[in-house]
Order: sequence, then C-alpha cells, then structure tokens
Amino acid sequence: MREEDCGRFVDWSVVEPSTYLDHAATTPMSPAAVDVYTRALARTGNASSLHTSGRDARRAVEESREAIASALGARPSDVVFTAGGTEADNLAIKGTFWARRSADPARRRILVSAVEHHAVLDPAFWMAEHSGAEIVLLPVDADGRLDVEALRAELAAHAAEIAVVSVMWANNEVGTLQPVDEVVQAARPYGIPVHTDAVQAVGQVPVDFGTSGVDAMTVTAHKIGGPVGVGALLASRRLALTPVVHGGGQERGVRSGTVDTAAVQAFATAVTEAVADQEHEARRLTALRDRLVAGVRAGVPDATLRGPALDSGLRLPANAHFTFPGCEGDSLLYLLDSAGVEASTGSACQAGVPQPSHVLLATGVPEDDARGALRFSLGATTTDTDIDRLLTVLPDVVDRARAAGLTSTRRTATGGGAR
Amino acid sequence: MRVLAAMSGGVDSAVAAALAVEAGHDVVGVHMALSRNRDQFRTGSRGCCSIEDAGDARRAADVLGIPYYVWDLSERFEETVIADFVSEYEAGRTPNPCVRCNEHIKFEALLDKATALGFDAVATGHYAQVVRREVPDLRTGAEPGAVRTVTELHRSPNEQKDQSYVLAVMGSDRLERSMFPLGGFASKDEVRAEAERRGLSVSNKPDSYDICFVADGNTQGFLRDRLGSRPGEIVDAEGTVLGEHDGAYSYTVGQRKGLGIDAPAADGRPRYVLDVNTTTNQVVVGAAELLSVDTIVGGEVSWLAPDVLDDADEDGWVAVEAQVRAHGEPVAARARITGSDVLEDPEALPGAVLTVELVGATLRGVAAGQSLVVYRGTRVLGQATVTSSARTSAGRRAAS
Repeated sequence: MREEDCGRFVDWSVVEPSTYLDHAATTPMSPAAVDVYTRALARTGNASSLHTSGRDARRAVEESREAIASALGARPSDVVFTAGGTEADNLAIKGTFWARRSADPARRRILVSAVEHHAVLDPAFWMAEHSGAEIVLLPVDADGRLDVEALRAELAAHAAEIAVVSVMWANNEVGTLQPVDEVVQAARPYGIPVHTDAVQAVGQVPVDFGTSGVDAMTVTAHKIGGPVGVGALLASRRLALTPVVHGGGQERGVRSGTVDTAAVQAFATAVTEAVADQEHEARRLTALRDRLVAGVRAGVPDATLRGPALDSGLRLPANAHFTFPGCEGDSLLYLLDSAGVEASTGSACQAGVPQPSHVLLATGVPEDDARGALRFSLGATTTDTDIDRLLTVLPDVVDRARAAGLTSTRRTATGGGAR
Repeated sequence: MRVLAAMSGGVDSAVAAALAVEAGHDVVGVHMALSRNRDQFRTGSRGCCSIEDAGDARRAADVLGIPYYVWDLSERFEETVIADFVSEYEAGRTPNPCVRCNEHIKFEALLDKATALGFDAVATGHYAQVVRREVPDLRTGAEPGAVRTVTELHRSPNEQKDQSYVLAVMGSDRLERSMFPLGGFASKDEVRAEAERRGLSVSNKPDSYDICFVADGNTQGFLRDRLGSRPGEIVDAEGTVLGEHDGAYSYTVGQRKGLGIDAPAADGRPRYVLDVNTTTNQVVVGAAELLSVDTIVGGEVSWLAPDVLDDADEDGWVAVEAQVRAHGEPVAARARITGSDVLEDPEALPGAVLTVELVGATLRGVAAGQSLVVYRGTRVLGQATVTSSARTSAGRRAAS
C-alpha cells in the first residue's frame, strides 16, 4: 500500500486515548483473546470437512464449545453458536414460537418484559405482524425490575396459549438484575419455556445456565472481551427450536452456516477469563462505579440515578445511568466526546436520532426527562483516572447542554408561523 | 473556530464542510432530521430528508474525519415550516417554505443550539457570500468618526444557484455566525469537481428542486390531504361566476394553468388568478394586466444594511432593486422602512413596514406571503413578507 493511501485511514497511534465508559456497547478484546483469535485466523479448515484441516478445526470448535459450556454451567450440546446476541435472541423467540405453535396452534402468546433489548422486542413484534403472535409486555417497577405478580397472573389466565416467556438477566440500560429464578419457578408448573438474554450479565454477576433452570440463554463474545460477530444460544436439548437460518445443517441443524472457528476460540477464551475473574472484577468495578455515582451527584446535584439503588444488590456492578434534567442526551454525548469522554444515551437510535428510551418510559420516567439520559458503563480497562476525567468535565458539560436544551429544538421560541 | 457544518447529504453541504475543515476550523457535522417518519418524505437520493441522505451525510463526515451527529428538529420543522405552509395557503397566501426553514430551522433552531453548545459558526452549502465591512457609526451617542462593522450578505457569482433571496430573512446577528464556504463558486461543476477530488461519493448526486416535505412534488395533493375539500366559486373581477373549485388554497395569485374554467374569456385572452379571497372562498380571475403592480408592502421586516439608510432622502426612501421570487429578475425601485428605527437596532423591527415602489416597471403576480427582497447590486439590503401589493398613482409610472 502506498503511503498516501494510508492517510485515508485513522492513524490510531496519534489518537489521544479517550476515557471509554461505554463497555456495555462493546468492550476491548482481552489480550489473550486477541492472541488466540489472530493465531487462529491464520489457519485453514472448515469444521465440517473430513480431512485433517477440517478435523483440526472441528476439534478447536468442540473444545471451545466445552469451555463455554463449562464456564456457564451448561452441557456442550446446549451450545448453539450464532453470529452474536441478536441472532441468538431471534432464534430463541422465533424458533421457540414456531416450534411450540406448530405443536399446538393455540400457543400464540409471547410474554416479554417491557424493558427487553430490541433484539428480543423487535423479533417478538415482527412475529405479531407476520406470524400471528400476540405480544404481552410484562410491566416493571420504577427500578426496571419485572413485576412477577403480573407474570403469574398472565400465566394463570392464559397458560394454554403461551408459547414462550423471555425476561433478560440484566438490563442493558439501567443495569437492573431481573428475578429470573422467580420467572422460572412461575413458568415451570405450566411447562412453558423461559428464555433469558444474559448478554450484559456474564462476567459481572454469576451466571449458571444449568442451575438457573431457563430453557434458553443468549450470550455474546464482544461484551466480555471477545470479538464482535460471535455468540451463542444456550438451548436445552429438550427445547424444541425451529431453525431460523437454513443450509448445511450445522449446530444440530438449528443454525446452519460454517462455524467461525477463530471467533469461537476467542469467544471461549474470553468467557473463560471473564467468568474466572468475575468475582474480583465485580468488586473492583463496583468500587469504581460507586465513586462515579457519588462524584456525579456531588458535581450535578439534580442528576437522577436511574435503575436500582447502588446498595440494593439488584444492579450490575459496572452500570451507572443518570438523567440530567433540561439536557438532551445527544448534546451531552457530543460535549463529553469533545472533552475526551465516551459514553452513551443507552437507548436505540432511529436513523441516528436518539429516541427516548423505552426502558425509562416503562419505569415511569417522563419523556422529557428520558431525553436527558446518559449511561456510563465500566469494564476491564476502566481505572480511577477515567472516573477522575469524567468527574472533572461533567459539570461544565451539563451546564452547557442545559443551555443548549433551553434553546429548545422542540418548541417554537419566537412564535414563528403565527402569521 | 469551532464550526458546525450542517450536512444534508448532498454535494453542496459536503463540500462546504470540507472547505471549513481545510480552512483549519474545528468542524463537527450535523444532519438535521426533519421528519419523524422518514418514509413520509422523499425517498431516493433527491432531497434532504431521506434515510439515504442521512447515510450520505454520515459517510461524507467519515471521509472528512469529523464527528457526525443527527439532530432531531422534526417537531420544530412541523410547527414552523409545514404548519405555516399549510396555514398560509389556507389563508390565501403563497408561502416560501425554504425561507421559513432558513428563518426558523437552520438559522434559529440549529444555530441557537450550536451557539449554546460552544460553536462559533454554522457552515452551510448555500450559494451566497458574507462580507464584513467597516462603515461610519452614525448611531445616537456614537463618537464622531467612529466606525462599526457591518456584515453584508451578497449574491453568489453563480447566478443560477444564487440563494441570497432565501437567506435574506436572517438578521445580521445571525449572519455574523454563518459561513457559506461555497459563496465564491461560480458553477456547480466546480463544486462537484471539488467533491470528486476529495473522494466524496456524493459528487454526482442530482440536485434537489422541489419542496422537500412534499414527497411526490404534488403540492395541491399535499394541501388537499391536510385541508380537505372546500368547494367554492371561481369568479371574474365583476363577480360573475365562471366555474367552481375544490379548495381555494390550491390557487396562487398569478397562476394561469389548471383553472378549470370551460368558457373562454369574451376577449379570448388567457385568464389568471388575481386574488384568493378566503372570506368568500372565491378565486378571482382576470386578464394579465390586472396582475401588474408597482407598489409592494411587506411586514416582518429584517434589515441587513443600516448604513444604506444613511443616504435616504428626506422621506426615508433609498434606491434599491426589488425581487419577489427566488430566481426572479430584480427590478429598479425605491424602498423605505416605517414604524421602526433601523439605525438604532436593526435586529429588532417589530411592527416595521417595508414599502417598495417600482421605478418605471411593474411586476406581475405578486402574492401575499411571498418574500420581498431588496438589493443594491449584489448586496442584500433587507427582506419582508408581502402583505399587499397594488397598482397605485403613488407608483412611478410617469417615469416610464
């Protein structure tokens, strides 16, 4: 490559390292995972081939499957590799719904918490539009925690019509840990399968597929130090799943497609590390997070922490989520980014426009307040220096964002159009 | 300077952003989302409002290596541009939504938020020039011999693309915080070549012409969807009923085509819309010469040239050229402002009235609601929204 061509790409060596507080979006790959990944990338072999290279690849895939199963309390045969969390969620919702409904056409209901990630909500609503499903959004309390009584009532009233229940292990925006064990206990007597999206939970809290009693669980690599583009649905063999992706019949016929040998090896490395370090890392991140929250409250007294209280034991250790009255989330993001701090509004965009978070709205936060949301999520590379930098710049950032918020992009300031 | 580059996704704003970057400014790209439901607006790559356009803007920002944000101004756009557009037609006037968008969206909502966030200027891809010049300060209390800086708005040398007409609505305070990096470009081809040279993939994107929020270009259909059917009469100047219409809002003063009158005029000459009377719900039509006016009066005045008023005659008149359409011919005229002291505070002209008398000429089809812009040479002096126009003895037909 000619030197002048290189100039068109970002030269990372001269980019000043910023304070990265968006680990819930994605987190840096661990050095061990990078090492395994890059070495594996140099090797040829389709795990479905019968020759020596194929067998080598197959062995690497199966060893990875065993490592992941072992770290997460699953059996190797439970692990269905996918191209990430979103695909695993789609498979769980659609695959379970289709299998259950073809066995019994009355089972049309999908029960999901109102604070699920879009990777669960959108397939569910898509099924309502295209496949005759009926969606029941289960309410949550002000902390974003599932109203288990509402679930029980729904089960009691409509058990024979329910295809599947999906409640996340931990919420990606406000960090709420959900009562997955209670969901399982409630659903079990009716024989209704339970899926949980544990993408945010692994590595932060103990996650054990077997003892949790869920029938399916979504996990992904890039939130715990592995590469983007690989994940898995841990799915009990007793759970009937209709395939979503058809083809060569890989992954017990449920998910066709050549298995990405390098990615699953790096995934296994990352899961193993994350689970081994979980207890220590959770303590370290809790301390940092508590400092962050105290500092934000001191610097911006009207900032409101959203999600469960810090000492409730119901919150992910690496999550802090605030709303800043009178501010717009994207103004806060821009100003923080200019000051070298990277965070997130925590909610989805539509064509780049931040939408008020469905999670905050479900917990009863008014829409105007929800627009001023900011999520700080910590991870393996986070240090005290990062917290210091955030706390140094935040008060000015909030002042300025508030001034910009008052110019009101949403209301007419000068009575235009009154002709 | 910290510069916010408004990036529509088109070639002009992409090159404008590139030039701001190359001028050494600290640039951030912002795309304005003007519709909550993007499908309502034009899809395809013709306008400024589709998902594709937002993607093109993002890609251009990537190529320039600048941060990129999308600001949701859809609610404000609905309130100040679309609702105004509909209610103006409903009231029998002829609005210019591009003027309203510049007034309330680009150089108010966007500029105010940018200023609050610490930006020094907003750069857009408009074809017009900003010139700063020192003039004697003649305000009350100013030291003798004192000077003040006047920020002037001038036409683009590219006559076909010149957008000074739709920018004239800005006050000088806002103009001072605006940058038009394409102001000096004499042709669109040059701009496309600049885009090409920088690897901006929008270099061959077609120009947009229509009203961005009227997806199919059918303004009458758009208005009918919003205002419904309101049948009434089409009459001549004497009140004789000539036909019927389905909604007076579909007619614009000066319009000739699509009147739907079967019987030809007695003299066989074409008929034009002379007036849209919302009180009687009548559309008045008549011969072309009844459309000609020589006096135009406007309200909601903005004035960018306080120094020009220094050479007003004793009655306050100054020599200008007047223009009533985006690409209309400027016509020699005299103008004066009454009801407000422009010299003291050109930013605040509540209740001011701009009166323009054409010199030795008439203009045809000047509708209320249109933008009246007065120039001197290439320089924009001021702007008002037309409230009335007439053929009067005060007009200077004698001079012709």
